[in-house]
Amino acid sequence: MLLLYNEDDRKRGIKMHPPVKVYTLSTCSHCKATKRFLNECAVKFEFLDVDLLTSEERVAIIEEVKRINKECSFPTIIIGEKVIIGHKEREIREVLGL
Amino acid sequence: MDAKQLYEMLRTMQEPKGYYFNRDNDLVFDLLNSLLFNKDRYGYMACPCRLASGDRQKDEDIICPCIYRTPDIEQYGSCYCGLYVSKDWNEAKGEATYVPERRPPEKMLL
Repeated sequence: MLLLYNEDDRKRGIKMHPPVKVYTLSTCSHCKATKRFLNECAVKFEFLDVDLLTSEERVAIIEEVKRINKECSFPTIIIGEKVIIGHKEREIREVLGL
Repeated sequence: MDAKQLYEMLRTMQEPKGYYFNRDNDLVFDLLNSLLFNKDRYGYMACPCRLASGDRQKDEDIICPCIYRTPDIEQYGSCYCGLYVSKDWNEAKGEATYVPERRPPEKMLL
């Protein structure tokens, strides 16, 4: 599945890859490292800083995270169908084929 | 209090106990600023790498230094966030250590 990729991305050097979504905390060092790493690798991704949500929004998102990571730890990274828990550069590279 | 003052205060308190700041100064100051940010928004220095509830009692175990720091440093040489490490870890100059979450999920009460 290839989403969110367009001609503009190609021109900007962004590579084609499965959709990447990252659940993060705005204060977390590992989450910041993951965001930095994805940016450095020109990977287009969505992220959600869960600590900045309102309490109602947060409840729903936490349930979403717990379904794929029962510990609900951050970052929780979804690449296509694959889930990576924590900032694990080697795994991220492997899944994205970097 | 600013991050520099917090650094000095914590260093003086923690080093004699065998807990050292990570040799990566940028990481340390980023985390200290996050602790100050959490102090400001929650009223206590909740771990920046965990989702805090905003209720001090529920988050007692993750107020920095969290109760998981000692077993994490014993096992991995680093705490969950990487703020505190052992002296050996700092001197080993290895790769960043991945420390899995030790906090039981049921402790996360929102």
